Amino acid sequence: MARWLLRASTAAVITFLYLPIATIALYAFNAQRIQVWPIREFSTQWFGSAWDNPSVRDALFLSLQVGLTAALLAIILGSLAAFAIHRFRFFGREVFSLSLVLPIALPGIVTGLALNATVRTVGLSFSTMTIIVGHATFCIVVVYNNVVARLRRSSRNIEEASMDLGADTWQTFRYITLPVIRTAVLAGGLLAFALSFDEIVVTIFTAGAQNTLPIWIFGNIRLGQQLPQVNVVVLFVILITLIPVALAQRLTRDTGVLRSRSRPPDAAP
Amino acid sequence: MTATSPDLPTPPLGSPDGGLAAPREIPGSARRRLLAALYRRPRAQLLLLLTPPAGWFGIVYLGSLALLLVTAFWTFDGVTGRVVQHWTLDNIIQILTQPAFRIVALRTLQFAIVVTIADVVIAFPIAFFMAQVASPRTRAILFMLCLLPLWASYLVRVYAWRVILSPNGPLDWTLGLFGLGPAGLYPSDLGVGIVFTYLWLPYMILPLYAGLERVPRSLLEASADLGARQATTFRRIILPLVLPALAAGSIFTFSLTLGDYITPSLVSNNQFIGNIVLEQQGVSGNLPLAAAFALVPVVIMGTYLFIARRLGAFEAL
Amino acid sequence: MRSRSLFAAAASFGIIVAACGGGATPSPSIASVAPPASVAPSAGGPSTAPESAAPSSNLPSAIGPGEGEVDIIVWAGYAEDGSNVKEYDWVHPFIAANPDCAKVNVKPADTSDAMVSLMQGGGGGLYDGVSASGDASNTLITRGDVAEVNVDLIPDFRDIAPFLQSPAHNTVDGKHYGISHGWGGNTLMWRTDLVNPAPTSWDVTFDPAKMAAYKGKITAYGGSIYLADAAVYLKAHNPDLGITDPYELTQPQFDAAINLLKAQHPFVGKYWEAYSDEIDNFTSGASTVGTTWPYQTNTLKGAGVKVDAVVPTEGMTGWADTWMLASKAKHPNCMYKWMAWMVTPHVQTQVAEYFGEAPANPKACAELDKVYGSYGVKDFCTLYSVNDKSFYDSISFWKTPQADCGDSRGTTCVSYDQWVTAFQAVKAGS
Repeated sequence: MARWLLRASTAAVITFLYLPIATIALYAFNAQRIQVWPIREFSTQWFGSAWDNPSVRDALFLSLQVGLTAALLAIILGSLAAFAIHRFRFFGREVFSLSLVLPIALPGIVTGLALNATVRTVGLSFSTMTIIVGHATFCIVVVYNNVVARLRRSSRNIEEASMDLGADTWQTFRYITLPVIRTAVLAGGLLAFALSFDEIVVTIFTAGAQNTLPIWIFGNIRLGQQLPQVNVVVLFVILITLIPVALAQRLTRDTGVLRSRSRPPDAAP
Repeated sequence: MTATSPDLPTPPLGSPDGGLAAPREIPGSARRRLLAALYRRPRAQLLLLLTPPAGWFGIVYLGSLALLLVTAFWTFDGVTGRVVQHWTLDNIIQILTQPAFRIVALRTLQFAIVVTIADVVIAFPIAFFMAQVASPRTRAILFMLCLLPLWASYLVRVYAWRVILSPNGPLDWTLGLFGLGPAGLYPSDLGVGIVFTYLWLPYMILPLYAGLERVPRSLLEASADLGARQATTFRRIILPLVLPALAAGSIFTFSLTLGDYITPSLVSNNQFIGNIVLEQQGVSGNLPLAAAFALVPVVIMGTYLFIARRLGAFEAL
Repeated sequence: MRSRSLFAAAASFGIIVAACGGGATPSPSIASVAPPASVAPSAGGPSTAPESAAPSSNLPSAIGPGEGEVDIIVWAGYAEDGSNVKEYDWVHPFIAANPDCAKVNVKPADTSDAMVSLMQGGGGGLYDGVSASGDASNTLITRGDVAEVNVDLIPDFRDIAPFLQSPAHNTVDGKHYGISHGWGGNTLMWRTDLVNPAPTSWDVTFDPAKMAAYKGKITAYGGSIYLADAAVYLKAHNPDLGITDPYELTQPQFDAAINLLKAQHPFVGKYWEAYSDEIDNFTSGASTVGTTWPYQTNTLKGAGVKVDAVVPTEGMTGWADTWMLASKAKHPNCMYKWMAWMVTPHVQTQVAEYFGEAPANPKACAELDKVYGSYGVKDFCTLYSVNDKSFYDSISFWKTPQADCGDSRGTTCVSYDQWVTAFQAVKAGS
């Protein structure tokens, strides 16, 4: 009985999660500009007009740019931080690892406001760079967590064995350590990219006249006339991201290599 | 461990090439000497590793937060619209005494608590199913399904909920099929609660799933063997083990609710902390007052993080 | 290994593109506009209008070549490119006529406050211009965020209705700080199938007895300037308060208006700021009566929703919009070209029909009265009182409330930042 209940509630939750997504998909085919229920007429015209719209392409491109750069910065800084914290004991270690969580733990509006105040005070202008800096800051912890978790699960014995056999630290890193953490780094990077791609609050505070995709959506949604186009764009994004999400899933799959402690939990037969 | 003789380079075991590629390094080269020297100086290594991220964080983030804190104590000239670097406690006093701010802060806090609890309750069954019951393939599919909604724009999902909850919208229409009256969920606080619960659900499911995954099935079976009913097993075995994961997930739900202003402005007529902060900053340009009010969620989250750390949440993030 | 190098390649590509393609905009080459100067006014250029007394002497004498792009802050609907309704497109023809201003970047804003904030953001200079209403324009002028413009560079300037050539909200001490665009009012809209009888007075949104029937379905503008609407109502219904100017209120008058809004608050379902809020709400019936702009009325009618709008008996507040040039604009020549373009008759026709406002240039009436596009109505100019100065005068146009009452009361009036805080408190429910 309990098992049936579990299955039912799982199905219910999945339905709940996809209710708005289904609505978005439905209204992408709404012929009218305003969202009435029930939909009176269906049409695929918005797919064409969204594709033709240069501001959509610009916004999409900018979001990709920002996401890739922020993810890369996060990967570098997050991995460095993970190694520092995992392998060394130093004064302020706890504080540092706590502060890494802050950008994600504190509400976005606080981070956005703080960065906005800094940029204004220093006298810089808001640009793509300020957006990237803002995004990278809260993406670091995502990579850091993944890498630290992986480092904790792996053993240093094999690194020491490698060095016993004559490899220097760089070779050890490149041939031993890197393959171990590689998937964690990439998974963290993908998640960081995802966070950056959909981020709106901090972006509003750190953008100049640029439009990332969320800002474009935000602006267009308020007019009340562009909603179908917005729905089309979002549907497109969902479908496209099936690929990297599936990829991330495969990457974070526990292959069981280099475990240092107990066996993995038993899977259901 | 000191490095042994550098004169005999052997391909390191476990390299992806299967050990077939010959190392291109010359033994005894400057690089090896440098790396060996570095290896013997852990402090230098630490410095190299720590400086970029710590530097970034210190300057960019912590510095900005400090500036925000300082700004809360400055003055705002309503006539010129500029921030004057004149120290004052007026903003803090205003935040603490004016009823509007108190009402908004309490309302936001209430929502954060309720939404967190709701998310835990809803996330548990599916996380448990994924972690302990489902086959690996089902698990992978469910994991993807839980992650995917995060890729659909947050804004658009909220708008979609607005359509769903609107009078005579899909929800009312479905209720009508069963002969029930209109739900009246838009605009409403309950509507905001539902949308918040929905939005942060994946953030609760995923850490909870990770935590439940680490609970060995053998433990649960042993508990059943010893005669415990399912409720007892849940209360005394599972719950303590996943507490860190719960705390980790709740950091997200709590923090996200605390600072959100978009959903309340779209789905209800009420003001949350984020709305006030945004209006004071974006509308009035009154950065000091905005910063002062933004300190409220900072203080709340600081306390929450402190508690969560005690519960071991940071290992489970 | 292959995936790693691929990723590294993609990432470095991203960095390079980010560094190059960043928000750095080209600096203006020639003919940058002079900031508002305090030079003693000279005899001025050839002026036929008697009131243009003293333009500054260091204004540009010609519009130089375009800088390639223009970044403007607008009320949504003021820079249409045909993507909403096909025949309403004045952006593409602008680009066709001015190929040296090929990129028109539009930033819509919901309230005057947001516009002011955007203009000041980043130290100013992020945007080249703004379509400011009266409650933003004076603020921008006072704070030096907008530059004086040389109206002789605008060919259609002399065609603008006389009472809009040098209005107080964009002309100070004889110096023009912008070009009038159009004007309209905050009318009362209702769902004809859900509200009976058809309202003729604002009391359906302010009088608890009348509001009761529509509790939770009333809507109002969420911008703090909405307080003036309460003042307009009190001016008619509580004459002993002595309200003369709904934007210059003494403390007792201000308190009365706030109390009116507090009494209204429980009946309001949703305040609106984004057009889509009001459009969606009236479509679904979540809102059935409240203040509106003609844009929403037009859109709803066009979609077949049963609404109508009226100017209530107490009068209404309104907005008169001006195209203004930022004092630190990076593309001033393109902004001049845009301003000149926006007051040409055909563009004015399109804007007037699409948004539903009275155009500043009555020459547009020739086309307007005969209906141009799907949002047009016959005899538009009569309907919208385009040439009727007395109707224009009856509207209480948005302007920035200042401590200086501007009359015998001295500096006893309530300034705008207090309006914001007080209205925020009302909306918070305190």
